[in-house]
Amino acid sequence: MSQRLKRLRQDGVFLAAPTILWLVIFFVLPLAVVLVFSFMSRGRGGVAIMPFTLDHYQRTFGVFFIILQRSIGLAALTTVVCLIVGYPLAFFISTRRRRIVQQIALFLVILPFWTNFLIRTYAWRILLGEEGTINGVLLSLGLISEALPLLNTQLAVLIGLVYGFLPFMVLPIYASVERFNFRYVDAAHDLGANDVRTFTRVVLPLTLPGVLAGCALVFIPSVGAFVTPDLLGGTKGLMIGNLINKQFGGSGNMPLGSALSIVMMAVVMISLLVYVFADRREARA
Amino acid sequence: MSVSSHLLINEGAMGRNRAVRRLGQLGLWLNPVFAYFFLWAPILILVLFSFNESRSVASFTGFTLKWYNNILNNVMGAERAFSTEIMLNAFRNSLFVGTIATIIATVLGTMIALAMARGKFPGKKLIDGLLFLPVVIPEITQAISLAIFFKVAFDWIATISGERIFPGFHTIIMAHVTFNISFVAIVVRARLADMDPQLEEAANDLGANPWQTFWRVTFPLILPGVISGALLAFTLSLDDFVITFFTSGVGTSTLPVFVYGLLKLTVTPEVNAISTIMMVLSTLLIGISLVLQGRSASRV
Repeated sequence: MSQRLKRLRQDGVFLAAPTILWLVIFFVLPLAVVLVFSFMSRGRGGVAIMPFTLDHYQRTFGVFFIILQRSIGLAALTTVVCLIVGYPLAFFISTRRRRIVQQIALFLVILPFWTNFLIRTYAWRILLGEEGTINGVLLSLGLISEALPLLNTQLAVLIGLVYGFLPFMVLPIYASVERFNFRYVDAAHDLGANDVRTFTRVVLPLTLPGVLAGCALVFIPSVGAFVTPDLLGGTKGLMIGNLINKQFGGSGNMPLGSALSIVMMAVVMISLLVYVFADRREARA
Repeated sequence: MSVSSHLLINEGAMGRNRAVRRLGQLGLWLNPVFAYFFLWAPILILVLFSFNESRSVASFTGFTLKWYNNILNNVMGAERAFSTEIMLNAFRNSLFVGTIATIIATVLGTMIALAMARGKFPGKKLIDGLLFLPVVIPEITQAISLAIFFKVAFDWIATISGERIFPGFHTIIMAHVTFNISFVAIVVRARLADMDPQLEEAANDLGANPWQTFWRVTFPLILPGVISGALLAFTLSLDDFVITFFTSGVGTSTLPVFVYGLLKLTVTPEVNAISTIMMVLSTLLIGISLVLQGRSASRV
Protein backbone atom coordinates (compact mmCIF):
# COMPACT_ATOMS: atom_id res chain seq x y z
CA MET A 1 0.00 0.00 0.00
CA SER A 2 1.40 3.36 -0.97
CA GLN A 3 2.23 6.12 1.43
CA ARG A 4 -0.50 8.32 0.00
CA LEU A 5 -3.21 5.74 0.55
CA LYS A 6 -2.05 5.21 4.10
CA ARG A 7 -2.42 8.90 4.72
CA LEU A 8 -5.88 8.83 3.20
CA ARG A 9 -6.88 6.15 5.70
CA GLN A 10 -5.64 8.22 8.60
CA ASP A 11 -7.57 11.11 7.14
CA GLY A 12 -10.66 9.06 7.88
CA VAL A 13 -10.74 10.87 11.20
CA PHE A 14 -11.36 14.17 9.44
CA LEU A 15 -13.99 12.56 7.27
CA ALA A 16 -15.77 11.22 10.34
CA ALA A 17 -15.39 14.35 12.45
CA PRO A 18 -18.35 16.48 11.19
CA THR A 19 -20.84 13.64 11.61
CA ILE A 20 -19.51 12.71 15.03
CA LEU A 21 -19.71 16.35 16.07
CA TRP A 22 -23.32 16.54 14.84
CA LEU A 23 -24.34 13.41 16.73
CA VAL A 24 -22.58 14.57 19.89
CA ILE A 25 -24.37 17.92 19.80
CA PHE A 26 -27.84 16.74 18.76
CA PHE A 27 -27.93 13.26 20.23
CA VAL A 28 -25.50 12.75 23.11
CA LEU A 29 -25.76 16.23 24.59
CA PRO A 30 -29.61 16.27 24.65
CA LEU A 31 -29.62 12.88 26.39
CA ALA A 32 -27.11 14.22 28.91
CA VAL A 33 -29.37 17.23 29.54
CA VAL A 34 -32.31 14.87 30.11
CA LEU A 35 -30.22 12.89 32.60
CA VAL A 36 -29.30 16.06 34.52
CA PHE A 37 -32.90 17.37 34.39
CA SER A 38 -34.19 14.12 35.83
CA PHE A 39 -32.37 14.89 39.09
CA MET A 40 -33.52 18.52 39.32
CA SER A 41 -36.56 20.04 41.03
CA ARG A 42 -39.68 21.31 39.30
CA GLY A 43 -39.96 25.07 38.93
CA ARG A 44 -42.87 27.26 37.80
CA GLY A 45 -44.25 26.23 34.41
CA GLY A 46 -42.74 22.76 34.74
CA VAL A 47 -39.12 23.78 34.11
CA ALA A 48 -36.14 22.34 35.93
CA ILE A 49 -34.53 24.28 38.79
CA MET A 50 -32.01 23.57 41.52
CA PRO A 51 -31.58 21.83 43.95
CA PHE A 52 -30.97 18.24 42.93
CA THR A 53 -33.50 15.70 44.10
CA LEU A 54 -34.43 12.04 43.73
CA ASP A 55 -38.15 12.86 43.95
CA HIS A 56 -38.97 12.09 40.33
CA TYR A 57 -37.39 8.65 40.46
CA GLN A 58 -39.26 7.93 43.68
CA ARG A 59 -42.52 8.87 41.96
CA THR A 60 -41.60 6.83 38.87
CA PHE A 61 -41.20 3.74 41.04
CA GLY A 62 -44.01 4.83 43.36
CA VAL A 63 -47.29 6.22 42.05
CA PHE A 64 -46.34 5.68 38.41
CA PHE A 65 -45.00 2.17 38.87
CA ILE A 66 -48.32 0.71 37.73
CA ILE A 67 -47.99 2.49 34.40
CA LEU A 68 -44.38 1.38 33.98
CA GLN A 69 -45.53 -2.16 34.74
CA ARG A 70 -48.40 -1.87 32.27
CA SER A 71 -46.09 -0.60 29.53
CA ILE A 72 -43.63 -3.45 29.97
CA GLY A 73 -46.50 -5.96 30.26
CA LEU A 74 -48.25 -4.71 27.13
CA ALA A 75 -44.96 -4.67 25.20
CA ALA A 76 -44.19 -8.24 26.31
CA LEU A 77 -47.69 -9.39 25.38
CA THR A 78 -47.38 -7.63 22.00
CA THR A 79 -44.12 -9.49 21.39
CA VAL A 80 -45.69 -12.86 22.26
CA VAL A 81 -48.74 -12.27 20.03
CA CYS A 82 -46.54 -11.06 17.16
CA LEU A 83 -44.44 -14.22 17.55
CA ILE A 84 -47.49 -16.51 17.56
CA VAL A 85 -48.95 -14.81 14.47
CA GLY A 86 -45.65 -13.96 12.78
CA TYR A 87 -43.69 -17.21 13.02
CA PRO A 88 -46.16 -19.41 11.10
CA LEU A 89 -46.72 -16.56 8.65
CA ALA A 90 -42.98 -16.20 7.95
CA PHE A 91 -42.81 -19.99 7.66
CA PHE A 92 -45.72 -20.01 5.21
CA ILE A 93 -44.13 -17.28 3.07
CA SER A 94 -40.68 -18.82 2.88
CA THR A 95 -41.97 -22.30 2.06
CA ARG A 96 -43.83 -21.23 -1.10
CA ARG A 97 -42.23 -23.17 -3.91
CA ARG A 98 -42.38 -20.54 -6.64
CA ARG A 99 -40.18 -17.52 -6.12
CA ILE A 100 -42.79 -15.09 -7.46
CA VAL A 101 -45.50 -16.37 -5.07
CA GLN A 102 -43.04 -15.97 -2.21
CA GLN A 103 -42.32 -12.39 -3.22
CA ILE A 104 -46.00 -11.51 -3.56
CA ALA A 105 -46.76 -13.07 -0.17
CA LEU A 106 -43.98 -11.00 1.39
CA PHE A 107 -45.06 -7.86 -0.44
CA LEU A 108 -48.59 -8.26 0.92
CA VAL A 109 -47.14 -8.08 4.43
CA ILE A 110 -45.04 -4.99 3.72
CA LEU A 111 -47.44 -2.95 1.56
CA PRO A 112 -49.88 -1.90 4.34
CA PHE A 113 -46.88 -0.45 6.17
CA TRP A 114 -46.17 2.09 3.51
CA THR A 115 -49.08 3.97 5.00
CA ASN A 116 -48.32 6.49 7.73
CA PHE A 117 -48.35 4.99 11.23
CA LEU A 118 -50.93 7.55 12.41
CA ILE A 119 -53.41 6.53 9.73
CA ARG A 120 -52.90 2.82 10.30
CA THR A 121 -53.63 3.39 13.97
CA TYR A 122 -56.62 5.61 13.21
CA ALA A 123 -58.11 2.80 11.09
CA TRP A 124 -58.60 0.84 14.32
CA ARG A 125 -60.65 3.68 15.77
CA ILE A 126 -63.11 3.12 12.93
CA LEU A 127 -63.23 -0.60 13.67
CA LEU A 128 -63.27 -0.54 17.47
CA GLY A 129 -65.37 2.54 18.23
CA GLU A 130 -68.69 2.34 20.07
CA GLU A 131 -70.42 3.17 16.80
CA GLY A 132 -67.67 1.47 14.85
CA THR A 133 -67.67 -1.29 12.29
CA ILE A 134 -67.19 -4.28 14.60
CA ASN A 135 -69.97 -3.20 16.95
CA GLY A 136 -72.15 -2.33 13.95
CA VAL A 137 -71.78 -5.78 12.43
CA LEU A 138 -72.27 -7.61 15.73
CA LEU A 139 -75.37 -5.55 16.56
CA SER A 140 -76.95 -6.05 13.16
CA LEU A 141 -76.32 -9.78 13.38
CA GLY A 142 -78.03 -9.75 16.76
CA LEU A 143 -75.01 -11.30 18.48
CA ILE A 144 -74.89 -8.52 21.06
CA SER A 145 -77.64 -6.28 22.37
CA GLU A 146 -75.53 -3.24 23.17
CA ALA A 147 -72.22 -1.96 21.89
CA LEU A 148 -69.11 -3.52 23.42
CA PRO A 149 -66.57 -1.13 24.94
CA LEU A 150 -63.64 -1.97 22.67
CA LEU A 151 -61.97 1.39 22.10
CA ASN A 152 -60.04 3.08 24.91
CA THR A 153 -59.06 -0.21 26.51
CA GLN A 154 -55.79 -2.07 26.97
CA LEU A 155 -57.05 -4.61 24.44
CA ALA A 156 -57.31 -1.85 21.84
CA VAL A 157 -53.71 -0.80 22.59
CA LEU A 158 -52.54 -4.42 22.31
CA ILE A 159 -54.27 -4.82 18.94
CA GLY A 160 -52.83 -1.51 17.71
CA LEU A 161 -49.30 -2.42 18.80
CA VAL A 162 -49.45 -5.87 17.21
CA TYR A 163 -50.79 -4.27 14.04
CA GLY A 164 -48.08 -1.62 14.09
CA PHE A 165 -45.11 -3.90 14.63
CA LEU A 166 -46.00 -7.32 13.16
CA PRO A 167 -43.74 -6.93 10.08
CA PHE A 168 -40.76 -6.34 12.41
CA MET A 169 -41.34 -9.89 13.63
CA VAL A 170 -42.13 -11.45 10.25
CA LEU A 171 -39.17 -10.10 8.25
CA PRO A 172 -36.24 -11.33 10.38
CA ILE A 173 -37.92 -14.73 10.89
CA TYR A 174 -38.54 -14.96 7.16
CA ALA A 175 -34.83 -14.29 6.56
CA SER A 176 -33.93 -17.13 8.96
CA VAL A 177 -36.40 -19.68 7.60
CA GLU A 178 -35.34 -18.81 4.05
CA ARG A 179 -31.78 -19.87 4.88
CA PHE A 180 -32.95 -23.01 6.66
CA ASN A 181 -32.11 -26.22 4.83
CA PHE A 182 -35.20 -28.42 4.85
CA ARG A 183 -33.12 -31.57 4.36
CA TYR A 184 -32.44 -31.36 8.09
CA VAL A 185 -36.14 -32.11 8.62
CA ASP A 186 -35.88 -35.26 6.50
CA ALA A 187 -32.74 -36.22 8.37
CA ALA A 188 -34.46 -35.77 11.73
CA HIS A 189 -37.40 -37.87 10.55
CA ASP A 190 -35.08 -40.59 9.30
CA LEU A 191 -33.44 -40.65 12.68
CA GLY A 192 -36.84 -41.29 14.23
CA ALA A 193 -37.83 -37.87 15.52
CA ASN A 194 -41.53 -37.04 15.32
CA ASP A 195 -42.80 -33.69 14.04
CA VAL A 196 -42.92 -31.96 17.42
CA ARG A 197 -39.42 -33.10 18.27
CA THR A 198 -38.13 -32.15 14.83
CA PHE A 199 -39.55 -28.69 15.29
CA THR A 200 -38.27 -28.08 18.82
CA ARG A 201 -34.87 -29.70 18.27
CA VAL A 202 -34.06 -28.76 14.67
CA VAL A 203 -36.27 -26.09 13.06
CA LEU A 204 -36.68 -23.76 16.03
CA PRO A 205 -33.00 -23.68 17.14
CA LEU A 206 -31.84 -22.99 13.59
CA THR A 207 -34.33 -20.14 13.09
CA LEU A 208 -33.82 -18.74 16.60
CA PRO A 209 -31.60 -15.82 15.49
CA GLY A 210 -34.51 -14.47 13.47
CA VAL A 211 -36.91 -15.00 16.37
CA LEU A 212 -34.60 -13.17 18.77
CA ALA A 213 -34.11 -10.24 16.39
CA GLY A 214 -37.86 -10.07 15.78
CA CYS A 215 -38.62 -10.03 19.50
CA ALA A 216 -36.15 -7.19 20.10
CA LEU A 217 -37.51 -5.21 17.13
CA VAL A 218 -41.09 -5.53 18.42
CA PHE A 219 -40.51 -5.16 22.16
CA ILE A 220 -38.38 -2.01 22.04
CA PRO A 221 -40.73 0.30 20.08
CA SER A 222 -43.72 -1.16 21.96
CA VAL A 223 -42.34 -0.12 25.35
CA GLY A 224 -41.86 3.41 24.09
CA ALA A 225 -45.12 3.61 22.15
CA PHE A 226 -46.87 6.96 22.24
CA VAL A 227 -49.16 7.24 19.21
CA THR A 228 -50.93 3.87 19.66
CA PRO A 229 -51.99 4.32 23.31
CA ASP A 230 -52.74 7.97 22.60
CA LEU A 231 -55.22 7.19 19.81
CA LEU A 232 -56.59 3.87 21.04
CA GLY A 233 -55.98 3.59 24.78
CA GLY A 234 -57.82 6.43 26.47
CA THR A 235 -57.09 6.66 30.21
CA LYS A 236 -57.32 2.90 30.75
CA GLY A 237 -54.62 2.14 28.21
CA LEU A 238 -52.24 4.93 29.24
CA MET A 239 -48.60 3.97 28.73
CA ILE A 240 -45.33 5.51 29.87
CA GLY A 241 -44.94 7.30 26.52
CA ASN A 242 -48.19 9.22 27.14
CA LEU A 243 -47.15 10.03 30.67
CA ILE A 244 -43.89 11.50 29.36
CA ASN A 245 -45.82 13.50 26.74
CA LYS A 246 -48.08 14.94 29.44
CA GLN A 247 -45.09 16.38 31.31
CA PHE A 248 -44.43 18.69 28.37
CA GLY A 249 -47.87 20.26 28.18
CA GLY A 250 -49.26 23.25 30.05
CA SER A 251 -49.22 21.91 33.61
CA GLY A 252 -46.24 19.70 32.93
CA ASN A 253 -43.21 18.67 34.88
CA MET A 254 -40.11 18.41 32.70
CA PRO A 255 -37.84 16.88 35.36
CA LEU A 256 -40.43 14.16 35.98
CA GLY A 257 -40.76 13.59 32.22
CA SER A 258 -36.97 13.31 32.07
CA ALA A 259 -36.84 10.76 34.88
CA LEU A 260 -39.56 8.70 33.20
CA SER A 261 -37.58 8.82 29.94
CA ILE A 262 -34.37 7.71 31.63
CA VAL A 263 -36.16 4.76 33.23
CA MET A 264 -37.72 3.84 29.89
CA MET A 265 -34.31 4.02 28.22
CA ALA A 266 -32.92 1.76 30.93
CA VAL A 267 -35.64 -0.79 30.14
CA VAL A 268 -34.76 -0.58 26.45
CA MET A 269 -31.03 -0.93 27.15
CA ILE A 270 -31.59 -3.96 29.38
CA SER A 271 -33.71 -5.65 26.72
CA LEU A 272 -31.03 -4.88 24.12
CA LEU A 273 -28.36 -6.42 26.35
CA VAL A 274 -30.54 -9.50 26.85
CA TYR A 275 -30.89 -9.75 23.07
CA VAL A 276 -27.16 -9.38 22.40
CA PHE A 277 -26.34 -11.90 25.13
CA ALA A 278 -28.90 -14.43 23.88
CA ASP A 279 -27.79 -13.97 20.28
CA ARG A 280 -24.11 -14.52 21.17
CA ARG A 281 -24.92 -17.63 23.17
CA GLU A 282 -27.01 -18.85 20.27
CA ALA A 283 -24.19 -18.23 17.79
CA ARG A 284 -21.74 -20.14 19.98
CA ALA A 285 -24.04 -23.14 20.40
CA MET B 1 -30.78 -46.91 11.84
CA SER B 2 -33.82 -45.29 10.35
CA VAL B 3 -35.59 -48.61 9.73
CA SER B 4 -34.96 -49.96 13.20
CA SER B 5 -36.08 -46.77 14.93
CA HIS B 6 -39.25 -46.65 12.88
CA LEU B 7 -40.02 -50.21 13.91
CA LEU B 8 -39.67 -49.26 17.51
CA ILE B 9 -42.36 -46.62 17.35
CA ASN B 10 -45.66 -48.12 18.46
CA GLU B 11 -48.99 -47.62 16.74
CA GLY B 12 -50.32 -45.09 19.26
CA ALA B 13 -47.32 -42.79 18.87
CA MET B 14 -47.62 -42.90 15.10
CA GLY B 15 -51.31 -42.07 15.27
CA ARG B 16 -50.55 -39.17 17.58
CA ASN B 17 -47.82 -38.00 15.26
CA ARG B 18 -50.20 -38.04 12.33
CA ALA B 19 -52.77 -36.02 14.28
CA VAL B 20 -50.09 -33.47 15.21
CA ARG B 21 -49.02 -33.20 11.60
CA ARG B 22 -52.57 -32.65 10.38
CA LEU B 23 -53.14 -30.03 13.06
CA GLY B 24 -49.87 -28.36 12.05
CA GLN B 25 -50.84 -28.32 8.40
CA LEU B 26 -54.26 -26.90 9.22
CA GLY B 27 -52.62 -24.20 11.37
CA LEU B 28 -50.14 -23.38 8.65
CA TRP B 29 -53.04 -22.65 6.31
CA LEU B 30 -55.36 -20.91 8.78
CA ASN B 31 -52.68 -18.63 10.17
CA PRO B 32 -51.87 -16.83 6.89
CA VAL B 33 -55.59 -16.44 6.15
CA PHE B 34 -56.10 -14.79 9.52
CA ALA B 35 -52.85 -12.78 9.33
CA TYR B 36 -53.50 -11.32 5.89
CA PHE B 37 -57.08 -10.50 6.88
CA PHE B 38 -55.77 -8.78 10.02
CA LEU B 39 -53.21 -6.78 8.01
CA TRP B 40 -55.54 -5.67 5.24
CA ALA B 41 -59.02 -5.38 6.74
CA PRO B 42 -58.47 -2.12 8.70
CA ILE B 43 -57.01 -0.31 5.71
CA LEU B 44 -59.64 -1.55 3.26
CA ILE B 45 -62.46 -0.65 5.65
CA LEU B 46 -61.00 2.82 6.08
CA VAL B 47 -60.97 3.28 2.30
CA LEU B 48 -64.47 1.82 1.97
CA PHE B 49 -66.02 4.19 4.50
CA SER B 50 -64.41 7.22 2.88
CA PHE B 51 -66.94 6.55 0.07
CA ASN B 52 -69.89 5.92 2.39
CA GLU B 53 -73.06 7.92 1.79
CA SER B 54 -73.90 8.25 5.51
CA ARG B 55 -71.56 9.53 8.21
CA SER B 56 -71.69 6.16 9.96
CA VAL B 57 -68.80 3.70 9.97
CA ALA B 58 -71.09 0.91 11.23
CA SER B 59 -72.76 0.09 7.93
CA PHE B 60 -72.23 0.96 4.29
CA THR B 61 -75.30 2.67 2.84
CA GLY B 62 -74.20 3.77 -0.60
CA PHE B 63 -71.40 5.23 -2.69
CA THR B 64 -70.55 8.93 -2.69
CA LEU B 65 -67.65 11.25 -3.44
CA LYS B 66 -69.01 14.13 -1.38
CA TRP B 67 -66.46 13.79 1.45
CA TYR B 68 -63.63 14.18 -1.05
CA ASN B 69 -65.47 17.14 -2.48
CA ASN B 70 -65.79 18.61 1.02
CA ILE B 71 -62.06 18.48 1.67
CA LEU B 72 -61.31 20.25 -1.56
CA ASN B 73 -63.86 22.94 -0.71
CA ASN B 74 -62.84 23.80 2.83
CA VAL B 75 -65.79 22.09 4.49
CA MET B 76 -65.30 19.56 7.16
CA GLY B 77 -67.86 18.09 9.50
CA ALA B 78 -70.41 20.24 11.23
CA GLU B 79 -68.30 21.07 14.22
CA ARG B 80 -65.11 22.40 12.77
CA ALA B 81 -64.00 24.56 9.93
CA PHE B 82 -61.38 22.83 7.89
CA SER B 83 -58.93 24.63 5.71
CA THR B 84 -57.63 23.02 2.57
CA GLU B 85 -55.07 25.80 2.49
CA ILE B 86 -53.63 24.84 5.89
CA MET B 87 -53.41 21.21 4.82
CA LEU B 88 -51.58 22.05 1.60
CA ASN B 89 -49.32 24.36 3.54
CA ALA B 90 -48.48 21.53 5.94
CA PHE B 91 -47.70 19.32 2.96
CA ARG B 92 -45.37 21.99 1.55
CA ASN B 93 -43.68 22.22 4.95
CA SER B 94 -43.17 18.45 4.90
CA LEU B 95 -41.54 18.56 1.48
CA PHE B 96 -39.32 21.49 2.46
CA VAL B 97 -38.13 19.93 5.72
CA GLY B 98 -37.70 16.52 4.07
CA THR B 99 -35.59 17.89 1.22
CA ILE B 100 -33.17 19.92 3.35
CA ALA B 101 -32.86 17.25 6.05
CA THR B 102 -32.26 14.57 3.42
CA ILE B 103 -29.46 16.52 1.75
CA ILE B 104 -27.61 17.19 5.02
CA ALA B 105 -28.16 13.68 6.39
CA THR B 106 -27.04 12.06 3.14
CA VAL B 107 -23.77 14.02 3.07
CA LEU B 108 -23.02 13.39 6.76
CA GLY B 109 -24.12 9.74 6.62
CA THR B 110 -22.05 9.00 3.53
CA MET B 111 -18.99 10.69 5.04
CA ILE B 112 -19.10 8.63 8.22
CA ALA B 113 -19.79 5.45 6.23
CA LEU B 114 -16.66 6.08 4.14
CA ALA B 115 -14.59 6.91 7.19
CA MET B 116 -15.74 3.76 8.98
CA ALA B 117 -15.12 1.51 5.98
CA ARG B 118 -11.77 2.90 4.84
CA GLY B 119 -10.28 4.88 7.69
CA LYS B 120 -8.05 3.47 10.40
CA PHE B 121 -8.43 5.29 13.69
CA PRO B 122 -9.14 4.45 17.31
CA GLY B 123 -12.61 4.49 18.86
CA LYS B 124 -14.43 2.83 15.96
CA LYS B 125 -16.44 0.62 18.32
CA LEU B 126 -17.62 3.70 20.15
CA ILE B 127 -18.66 5.39 16.90
CA ASP B 128 -20.50 2.22 15.92
CA GLY B 129 -22.49 2.51 19.12
CA LEU B 130 -23.12 6.19 18.49
CA LEU B 131 -24.51 5.36 15.03
CA PHE B 132 -26.55 2.43 16.32
CA LEU B 133 -28.27 4.14 19.26
CA PRO B 134 -30.50 6.62 17.37
CA VAL B 135 -31.99 3.66 15.50
CA VAL B 136 -32.97 1.74 18.62
CA ILE B 137 -33.91 4.23 21.31
CA PRO B 138 -37.65 4.99 21.46
CA GLU B 139 -38.77 7.96 19.39
CA ILE B 140 -40.38 9.65 22.35
CA THR B 141 -37.05 9.73 24.22
CA GLN B 142 -35.28 11.31 21.29
CA ALA B 143 -38.19 13.72 20.85
CA ILE B 144 -38.25 15.04 24.41
CA SER B 145 -34.46 15.14 24.69
CA LEU B 146 -34.33 17.39 21.62
CA ALA B 147 -37.25 19.49 22.91
CA ILE B 148 -35.49 20.04 26.24
CA PHE B 149 -32.14 20.62 24.56
CA PHE B 150 -33.51 23.29 22.21
CA LYS B 151 -35.28 25.00 25.08
CA VAL B 152 -32.14 25.06 27.23
CA ALA B 153 -29.97 26.17 24.31
CA PHE B 154 -32.36 28.96 23.25
CA ASP B 155 -32.77 30.18 26.83
CA TRP B 156 -29.01 30.33 27.11
CA ILE B 157 -28.63 32.20 23.84
CA ALA B 158 -31.37 34.63 24.92
CA THR B 159 -29.56 35.51 28.17
CA ILE B 160 -26.26 35.99 26.39
CA SER B 161 -27.31 37.91 23.30
CA GLY B 162 -30.80 39.06 24.25
CA GLU B 163 -32.00 37.51 21.02
CA ARG B 164 -34.82 34.99 21.43
CA ILE B 165 -34.88 32.06 18.97
CA PHE B 166 -38.13 30.13 18.60
CA PRO B 167 -38.54 26.57 17.38
CA GLY B 168 -39.43 26.30 13.71
CA PHE B 169 -38.12 24.74 10.52
CA HIS B 170 -34.53 24.87 11.74
CA THR B 171 -35.29 22.76 14.84
CA ILE B 172 -37.34 20.21 12.86
CA ILE B 173 -34.59 19.93 10.24
CA MET B 174 -31.85 19.48 12.86
CA ALA B 175 -33.94 16.76 14.54
CA HIS B 176 -34.66 14.97 11.25
CA VAL B 177 -30.99 15.05 10.21
CA THR B 178 -30.07 13.50 13.56
CA PHE B 179 -32.32 10.46 13.23
CA ASN B 180 -31.60 10.07 9.51
CA ILE B 181 -27.76 10.00 9.63
CA SER B 182 -27.68 6.46 11.01
CA PHE B 183 -30.04 5.10 8.38
CA VAL B 184 -28.04 6.63 5.51
CA ALA B 185 -24.79 5.35 7.04
CA ILE B 186 -26.17 1.81 7.36
CA VAL B 187 -27.29 1.69 3.72
CA VAL B 188 -24.08 3.22 2.32
CA ARG B 189 -21.89 0.96 4.46
CA ALA B 190 -23.67 -2.10 3.10
CA ARG B 191 -22.84 -0.90 -0.41
CA LEU B 192 -19.21 -0.17 0.52
CA ALA B 193 -18.86 -3.65 1.99
CA ASP B 194 -19.77 -5.11 -1.41
CA MET B 195 -17.18 -2.98 -3.17
CA ASP B 196 -13.68 -4.25 -3.91
CA PRO B 197 -11.14 -1.95 -2.17
CA GLN B 198 -8.52 -3.01 -4.69
CA LEU B 199 -10.23 -0.79 -7.26
CA GLU B 200 -9.22 2.22 -5.19
CA GLU B 201 -5.70 0.92 -4.78
CA ALA B 202 -5.50 0.41 -8.54
CA ALA B 203 -6.61 4.00 -9.19
CA ASN B 204 -4.02 5.14 -6.70
CA ASP B 205 -1.28 3.08 -8.36
CA LEU B 206 -2.22 4.64 -11.68
CA GLY B 207 -1.46 8.04 -10.21
CA ALA B 208 -4.85 9.35 -9.20
CA ASN B 209 -4.85 11.52 -6.10
CA PRO B 210 -7.31 10.71 -3.28
CA TRP B 211 -9.76 13.34 -4.51
CA GLN B 212 -9.72 11.96 -8.06
CA THR B 213 -9.94 8.40 -6.75
CA PHE B 214 -13.00 9.29 -4.75
CA TRP B 215 -14.91 11.09 -7.51
CA ARG B 216 -13.89 8.83 -10.41
CA VAL B 217 -13.93 5.42 -8.72
CA THR B 218 -15.48 5.23 -5.27
CA PHE B 219 -18.39 7.62 -5.66
CA PRO B 220 -19.83 6.18 -8.89
CA LEU B 221 -19.67 2.71 -7.35
CA ILE B 222 -21.44 3.63 -4.13
CA LEU B 223 -23.93 5.99 -5.80
CA PRO B 224 -26.81 3.48 -5.78
CA GLY B 225 -26.29 3.07 -2.05
CA VAL B 226 -26.22 6.83 -1.56
CA ILE B 227 -29.45 7.20 -3.55
CA SER B 228 -31.15 4.44 -1.57
CA GLY B 229 -30.01 6.06 1.65
CA ALA B 230 -31.31 9.45 0.56
CA LEU B 231 -34.69 8.01 -0.47
CA LEU B 232 -34.96 6.21 2.85
CA ALA B 233 -34.11 9.41 4.70
CA PHE B 234 -36.69 11.40 2.71
CA THR B 235 -39.39 8.80 3.38
CA LEU B 236 -38.62 8.69 7.11
CA SER B 237 -38.65 12.47 7.24
CA LEU B 238 -42.03 12.78 5.49
CA ASP B 239 -43.45 10.04 7.70
CA ASP B 240 -42.18 11.21 11.07
CA PHE B 241 -44.71 12.39 13.59
CA VAL B 242 -43.43 12.01 17.17
CA ILE B 243 -40.11 13.85 16.86
CA THR B 244 -41.58 16.58 14.64
CA PHE B 245 -44.47 17.05 17.07
CA PHE B 246 -42.03 17.92 19.86
CA THR B 247 -39.65 20.08 17.85
CA SER B 248 -41.97 22.11 15.61
CA GLY B 249 -43.03 25.66 16.32
CA VAL B 250 -46.08 27.74 15.52
CA GLY B 251 -47.01 27.59 11.83
CA THR B 252 -44.38 25.02 10.90
CA SER B 253 -46.51 21.89 11.30
CA THR B 254 -45.73 19.15 8.82
CA LEU B 255 -48.44 16.99 7.26
CA PRO B 256 -48.32 14.21 9.90
CA VAL B 257 -48.60 16.80 12.70
CA PHE B 258 -51.58 18.39 10.94
CA VAL B 259 -53.21 15.00 10.37
CA TYR B 260 -52.68 14.05 14.04
CA GLY B 261 -54.74 17.09 15.01
CA LEU B 262 -57.60 15.77 12.87
CA LEU B 263 -57.31 12.15 14.00
CA LYS B 264 -57.50 13.14 17.66
CA LEU B 265 -61.04 14.40 17.01
CA THR B 266 -63.87 12.03 16.32
CA VAL B 267 -64.06 9.70 13.35
CA THR B 268 -65.49 11.63 10.41
CA PRO B 269 -65.84 10.65 6.76
CA GLU B 270 -63.68 13.61 5.75
CA VAL B 271 -60.81 12.32 7.89
CA ASN B 272 -61.30 8.92 6.24
CA ALA B 273 -61.06 10.60 2.86
CA ILE B 274 -57.88 12.50 3.78
CA SER B 275 -56.37 9.29 5.16
CA THR B 276 -57.20 7.49 1.93
CA ILE B 277 -55.56 10.22 -0.14
CA MET B 278 -52.44 10.14 2.05
CA MET B 279 -52.34 6.37 1.83
CA VAL B 280 -52.47 6.41 -1.97
CA LEU B 281 -49.85 9.18 -2.13
CA SER B 282 -47.34 7.50 0.18
CA THR B 283 -47.78 4.14 -1.53
CA LEU B 284 -47.16 5.79 -4.90
CA LEU B 285 -44.15 7.70 -3.57
CA ILE B 286 -42.48 4.64 -2.04
CA GLY B 287 -43.35 2.53 -5.09
CA ILE B 288 -41.75 5.03 -7.43
CA SER B 289 -38.65 5.36 -5.27
CA LEU B 290 -38.24 1.58 -5.15
CA VAL B 291 -38.49 1.36 -8.93
CA LEU B 292 -35.89 4.14 -9.27
CA GLN B 293 -33.68 2.37 -6.77
CA GLY B 294 -33.96 -0.91 -8.63
CA ARG B 295 -33.03 0.86 -11.85
CA SER B 296 -30.03 2.69 -10.45
CA ALA B 297 -28.82 -0.53 -8.83
CA SER B 298 -29.09 -2.54 -12.02
CA ARG B 299 -27.30 0.09 -14.10
CA VAL B 300 -24.07 -0.18 -12.12
